[in-house]
Amino acid sequence: MWFPRFASDRVLRTRSVEAGFALTLSEQNTERLYCLSPQAEALGLHRGMSLADARAFCPSLITQPARPDLDARFLRVLRRWALRYCPWVGLEGPDGLVLDITGSAHLLGGEAALLKDMRARLVRAGISVRLGLGDTRGAAWAYAHFGEDKALSDLPVAALRLEEATVTALQRLGLRTIGDLTRAARAPLARRFGPGLLRRLDQARGDMPEAINPEPEPPHYATRLTLPEPIGLLPDVMAATARLLEPLCCKLKQHEAGARKLVLSVQRVNQGSQQVELRLASAMREAARILPLFERGLATVDAGFGIDVMRLEAVLVEPLPVAQLGAPRAPAQTATASEQLNDLITRIGTRIGLENVQRFLPADSHIPERSFLIAPAAFSTPQGGWACHRPRPLHLFAPEPILARGGTPPSAFRWRGMALRTGRATGPERIAPEWWLEEESWRSGLRDYWVLDTREGRRLWVFFTPQSPGWFVHGEFA
Amino acid sequence: MQDPFSSVFPLRPGRVHEVYGAGAMAFSAMAAAAASGPVLWIRESWQEGGLHPVGFAQFLDPARVLLARSAHQIDSLAVAEEALRDGVVPCVLIEVTRPLNLREGRRLQLAAKAGRATGLCLIPEGMGSNAAETRWHARPKFDPESEDSTLMCWEIKKNKSGTIGAWDVRWSHQARRVHVVSPVRLGPGSQDALG
Repeated sequence: MWFPRFASDRVLRTRSVEAGFALTLSEQNTERLYCLSPQAEALGLHRGMSLADARAFCPSLITQPARPDLDARFLRVLRRWALRYCPWVGLEGPDGLVLDITGSAHLLGGEAALLKDMRARLVRAGISVRLGLGDTRGAAWAYAHFGEDKALSDLPVAALRLEEATVTALQRLGLRTIGDLTRAARAPLARRFGPGLLRRLDQARGDMPEAINPEPEPPHYATRLTLPEPIGLLPDVMAATARLLEPLCCKLKQHEAGARKLVLSVQRVNQGSQQVELRLASAMREAARILPLFERGLATVDAGFGIDVMRLEAVLVEPLPVAQLGAPRAPAQTATASEQLNDLITRIGTRIGLENVQRFLPADSHIPERSFLIAPAAFSTPQGGWACHRPRPLHLFAPEPILARGGTPPSAFRWRGMALRTGRATGPERIAPEWWLEEESWRSGLRDYWVLDTREGRRLWVFFTPQSPGWFVHGEFA
Repeated sequence: MQDPFSSVFPLRPGRVHEVYGAGAMAFSAMAAAAASGPVLWIRESWQEGGLHPVGFAQFLDPARVLLARSAHQIDSLAVAEEALRDGVVPCVLIEVTRPLNLREGRRLQLAAKAGRATGLCLIPEGMGSNAAETRWHARPKFDPESEDSTLMCWEIKKNKSGTIGAWDVRWSHQARRVHVVSPVRLGPGSQDALG
């Protein structure tokens, strides 16, 4: 199965373009045409042409940058679709699929009917396709790329999946078709072109086996439940959720994974649907622990006339290896303190957002504002290393200017409407700005920090900026 | 009951307490240091400035602190109630910006009782709730003698199950706990308790 215009078909499925259409990909500093629509090809453009040339030929050409990653994803979608024909489906290059229909063709009424069905469905989906049916994988590839109704020996040698240079060399030797190649003596060919050429030939003719690698299905972490009668009470919905959670957690355990984010979709009788999202503070797969965390989210669901379909999906899954339990624990204390704390973070996170539960991490900087980081607690671990030998205030705020002159701390000043008298000034401690980082508040240059013990009791952290004289209060020690 | 200070500090667990004044932050850091295990500090996200972890590291290991930034006070209280009731976090600090009514205060008390956790509200002056177990006024004091001083005056203004009093305290860096310097002034109800 070869999709000659795979990438542009994918884009044109979502938007219809009357004029010529092409996808461009930048290669070695030039934009080149990557994939063209049939209209564009009819205008005389071809793949690999530079975009400027193509524009000159055809000013009305509509282009769009190619997205090979999305193409690959779409090909995997098609691969999954092709499983309807047979269980052995593999990828063939970036724009093809290979199916081993041995033993499954009769299910659709024979090979011809199968091909017809396949072609009809793909054309309806708007994807141009060339199908090759051969006894071997190599032959099928040759038929798909170089003509579906010729005999194998009449096809050009390029149909053997060879390199460009080999094909040119073979043509110079006068070996133009596969038939010519089969009739030629094998030993000189092997000596000149290496074993690759003969292997390809044997694979096409069936003298050498070639397996199809069906890709393993990625595990799908979702369960659904259809109810014969609609339910509406919270305990019922919780019970249904418990039933959904059980197989999901089993599956997660099999794959040594843990869910980080779960989405429960609830469908009402009148076709309305609601979603309950649960973000967990750590990857989890214990149904008994996850279930109570859903309680708050489910309480917000409006059941209306009743719920009859529920679907639970683990949207975000992280690997979670099986942990060894230290000692058999009593059933009453099934969760350790850190697990309980994570549960609490999850519950708080459902209320205020998981990223709003934070923790402090030390950072390597002399600048007081930069000496720590704030990270979401669910995605970080506590760290030590907080030692600081200089006095640092307990409470840090944006610098507040005070009226004072000179390089020594004022003996009396006003701050926040209070008249304060300096009892003792300790300092200065000079902190230089980090010139390699742009920091608006440190534009005023060096700072001389003083600890001011006022006679009124307040202990303030003030600084003087010698490069543009001024005094500011930056923090408080109590 | 020889030492009335040790009967009120460390704060009684299973209750919600209140503190106000210029030294409220230091008081809460020291109170949290007295408990063991994680500390949840609930703060509204619009509030400017804030805790400086390097600064309070001398009292309380910042690795123990979890910070919850809520959108408004209703969320703060909900988070506090959840955490207090759960009991995993033995010390929950709540920065309150508007006065709690009796119902909110009582709900926090019940949650703290259920989880055996200590709650401490940092309140603006004069915004105390009637449900609080104790209410403290903490203010720093000028200490003419020592340079790196942490001298503070802690005054207990309200105590539901004991006497009130005032103490000059300082943080002992060696022992990592609060030391009483001298009882300076006693509230009217505490005369006979001291003897």
